[in-house]
Amino acid sequence: MRCAAPISATSEGALKRLAEFLHQLASGLALGGVYAIMALALVMIYQATHLINFAQGEMAMFSTYFAWKLMDLGEPYWFAFFATVIASFIGGVVIERLVVRPFANAPILASVIVFIGLSLIFNSLAGWLYGFSVTSFDSPFNGRPWFGAGYISAHEAGAVVVTLCVLALVYAFFRLTPLGLAMRAAAQNPVSSRLVGIRVGWMLAIGWGLAAAIGSVAGMMAAPIVYLDPNMMGGVLLYAFAGAVLGGIDNPFGAVFGGIAVGVLGNLIGAYVVGDEVKLSVALAIIIAVLVWRPSGLFGRRLVARV
Amino acid sequence: MADADGALGALVAIAVGILALAFPFAASGYHIYQGAQVLILAVALLGLNLLTGFNGQISLGHGAFFAIGSYGAAILMVKFGFPYWAAIPLASVVCFIAGFLFGFPALRFGGLYLALATFALAVATPQILSYKGFDALTGGSQGLTLAKPGVPFGIALTPDQWLYLVCLACAAALYWAARNLVRGRIGRALVAIRDQPIAAETMGINAALYKTTCFGVSALYAGVAGGLSTLAVGFVSPESFGLALSLAFLVGIVVGGLASLGGALFGALFIEFVPNIADQLTVSFGDGAKALPGAIYGALLILVMAAMPTGVAGAARAAARALTPSRQPKVETGGVNVAVNYEGKEKSP
Repeated sequence: MRCAAPISATSEGALKRLAEFLHQLASGLALGGVYAIMALALVMIYQATHLINFAQGEMAMFSTYFAWKLMDLGEPYWFAFFATVIASFIGGVVIERLVVRPFANAPILASVIVFIGLSLIFNSLAGWLYGFSVTSFDSPFNGRPWFGAGYISAHEAGAVVVTLCVLALVYAFFRLTPLGLAMRAAAQNPVSSRLVGIRVGWMLAIGWGLAAAIGSVAGMMAAPIVYLDPNMMGGVLLYAFAGAVLGGIDNPFGAVFGGIAVGVLGNLIGAYVVGDEVKLSVALAIIIAVLVWRPSGLFGRRLVARV
Repeated sequence: MADADGALGALVAIAVGILALAFPFAASGYHIYQGAQVLILAVALLGLNLLTGFNGQISLGHGAFFAIGSYGAAILMVKFGFPYWAAIPLASVVCFIAGFLFGFPALRFGGLYLALATFALAVATPQILSYKGFDALTGGSQGLTLAKPGVPFGIALTPDQWLYLVCLACAAALYWAARNLVRGRIGRALVAIRDQPIAAETMGINAALYKTTCFGVSALYAGVAGGLSTLAVGFVSPESFGLALSLAFLVGIVVGGLASLGGALFGALFIEFVPNIADQLTVSFGDGAKALPGAIYGALLILVMAAMPTGVAGAARAAARALTPSRQPKVETGGVNVAVNYEGKEKSP
């Protein structure tokens, strides 16, 4: 009887720690979903052009501001959401046509510099149009936590659902529609695709549009968590990079898996090992570790260069 | 090269040297400080250009090495009582080692992956610097403050003038070193690795050694610049070493001219004064002008890559060539040819 009290105290402590762990896991999953969508957008552009879009984060940030502006003007959330996705798609196509296309045959360094230039432009454009102050961004998923005990907030649960919807839609688009098939063909074998009448240039432009649209969803899901400001996507983009590298940058499923994995891993390591304030370094460590030990990622194709 | 072009280049170098030497005796205190900043940035740009311009390794994270130099010098001076003339070289050696070590995994990354890894390094640097575990050394998010170095031997100079001259001496020495480096066998090897990596190895160039050493030397330049900047600013804090700094370096070498050493000065002037001018505009045009440097940087990066990939230095070189009658067609050596693939990247038509 004497030892009953201490035991119940420790078990209560253990329960508390378990709840805390589950909470970290759940919010890691929600963040991971956002990273996964971003990583998917990166992979989409990588597959088509073999380039990594360093401007992806700032493009998503700009789209998110667009949605915020629409809501600020009194539009309902879901109208703003879909209007933003469509506007981002058009914006992505326009960017590909105007800025990316002229550098299609330029060396990698030139492309990287152009992407950095794009990201700087979007960042300062957002600051100029909407101001540099941090703003809150509404979530459509309000009210009480969806699954009891408060392990996961309504927005986090909603973000997971939205992530799954986006993944299903992207999968269906590429597997089931003729346009998706044409885009896959254009990415895999541009020369033959052109011979069978696919307009490869336009497929690349649509790829950019889709990446921008998907990125805008990631931005709108991230904004209620990280708040809205012109630099909000820096950390998200870094984690998306880590996810894409971990899963294999040429494999969409790998990127999604990698994104979710780094979301969970980052949260757990941030909470239990190094502390939340150096979470970005976890992404850096993941990127370097993967590149050193397994440069093609977990599911990527190993590249063999012909000498 | 010992013809009109070389002579012209030497003349320009001498003229710039005389102007730079005379500057602190003609300008006021704040302008001398700005001049020192330009020289410091020029040193960092020289280093980044050795790596990215000449050797074709993309670094988006040179702010991290600048930070190591800065913090290294500050910690040695504040916590261990080193004098600045010992602290800066020591910190730069640390930078060399850090760069050399980062160069090893970088060997395995292709161009894009290196850009990605250095990008991650740039984003994570402020967080690492303010990490609680290092508080005792780095002063955490507060940073470290140190006194401006005095003028030695009772020379009749103001501290600002003295500091400027120290920066000028370092910049001149490092420019001279970089010039000798790229003009000779090593420079040819670096360029060969950039343009034709496989052919370069076939010719017996130890690409791995050259690439890692180049990374180390480049980091050393960034470290010297960082150390000097600690002296000039008298203060280090994590927030000043973020992604923006690394990207400013990239802008500097692109605007100044990839694979051009003289371009470093143009680039440094550019990235020192554009934010300054924008700051002045904020006074009259409100907060929106804060967006100006980013917009100008971004637009210029794209425009320079599209219209004049060799930057200001390349344009100046072309102009000089057009003005001086030449007896034989010139073969471009050493300078960057951005039209040539850096990586042998295959592109479908």
